[in-house]
Amino acid sequence: MALRILKTLRPVAHPLATTLAGGQRQEFIHTTPACCEIRKLARLRVVDNSDLGKRAMAEGRPPRCIHVYNKRGVGLIGDKVLVAIKGQMKKGILVGLKQNQKPKQPKFDSNNLVLIDDNGSPLGTRIHVPIPTILRTILKEKTLAKGADYTKVLAIASRYV
Amino acid sequence: MNLSTRVMLNRLAPQCAYKRIVTFSTKTAEHAVENQEESKKGVAPAPTPSSPAPVTRKPIIPANYRFVYPEFLPDPKVEWRNPIREKLERLDMLERRKQIDLPEFYVGSVLAVTSSDPHAAGKTSRFVGICINRDRCGLRARFVLRNVIDHQGMEVVYELYDPTIQKVEVLRLEKRLDDSLFYLRDALPEYSTFDENMEAEPLEEGASVPVNDIKVVLRPRPWLERWERQNLRGVANIDEYLKDKHRLSAAKVQKPWEKYDMMKDYRSSIPEEEQTEIFAEVHTDLHTLELQRKRNKRKRTFVKPKQLA
Repeated sequence: MALRILKTLRPVAHPLATTLAGGQRQEFIHTTPACCEIRKLARLRVVDNSDLGKRAMAEGRPPRCIHVYNKRGVGLIGDKVLVAIKGQMKKGILVGLKQNQKPKQPKFDSNNLVLIDDNGSPLGTRIHVPIPTILRTILKEKTLAKGADYTKVLAIASRYV
Repeated sequence: MNLSTRVMLNRLAPQCAYKRIVTFSTKTAEHAVENQEESKKGVAPAPTPSSPAPVTRKPIIPANYRFVYPEFLPDPKVEWRNPIREKLERLDMLERRKQIDLPEFYVGSVLAVTSSDPHAAGKTSRFVGICINRDRCGLRARFVLRNVIDHQGMEVVYELYDPTIQKVEVLRLEKRLDDSLFYLRDALPEYSTFDENMEAEPLEEGASVPVNDIKVVLRPRPWLERWERQNLRGVANIDEYLKDKHRLSAAKVQKPWEKYDMMKDYRSSIPEEEQTEIFAEVHTDLHTLELQRKRNKRKRTFVKPKQLA
């Protein structure tokens, strides 16, 4: 397991991922190097303005990927994932990855996700970070193959790189 | 023997202190010659006429070519060397350079790359960012641009000789204190934020490339790499986040003897004779391209004076 919970009575000044539980402070510390792939239990960052996503990010409980809808089990750009967010299961589309990319494809500093419903229409109305242009082609292809309309995600993007 | 080695080491120590081993790092002519002379003085004060001083030809090729065009030097890894392929690649690189202006830039320079993109709306995309790394040799030469757009850090790898690249502009030509700036990923975002509509800041003609000695401020741990082990010069506050255990483990993996390892230096660099050979081959073409660029620049900077009154 990549996480180890340290229980310390003394409050720690570290602001990252600290939650107060019964008078004790729990600190989550990674003991293994970060795996930049989107696999099951990878934490993601919601970048649209959906209410659910915003609340989850503000609380410091980012969604976790619990399934990747492809055959490899590793999410690549434009892939659909199932996430656990605030006790619910939601679907989302990966719109930016930390992983190394091919030349000319942007690599982001965080793993970005846009929440969608089962029909492929996004829950939010705006994406507030740039998304890669290659999503245009990928999502169009997926729309043809799967039947759900994923191109609505493109429509709410504010900027492309 | 003992004296000469000591002299050699004394000469070597200061120059190795600033020189780090890069893929395309190379030995300079002066050091080699100096060393030879120094050792001669130590061993045989009266030089014999049978071994004349090394013949130094007139330097037709500018000494800074190995920094301006590092990708023309092949990878020093012996297993990967192939003189014919390297030669063919150099020809292809020159052909490409005749089609597109690939300017001089360094790690730390701010670039704007326009490339054709079948997915983009206007079929082209432009990315502005600071060059944080340059690697690979020959036609495979790459560089990485980094920028923070809408509070989102992003990086794009470009291949220098990619035929889909339409334009490479250098917006700010400068160097930084380190050979690669991957630590910008762990620095505060303002250090890698560059305006997309930034104007090019032209340098005076003939001026040397300035070194920007800015020290970036890292954000607290966790970091992507163990920066304390890399002897970075462009980081201001690394000590703030280090505990004794970090310092100890960093001291353990240091290899202070490596700067005296001449064999390692030899293996990780292209010898000077070979460099002159390579650059002699491409010099004329590169020189004409440079002249052409200068002419074009002057044409572009000339603005017809407006008639007043």
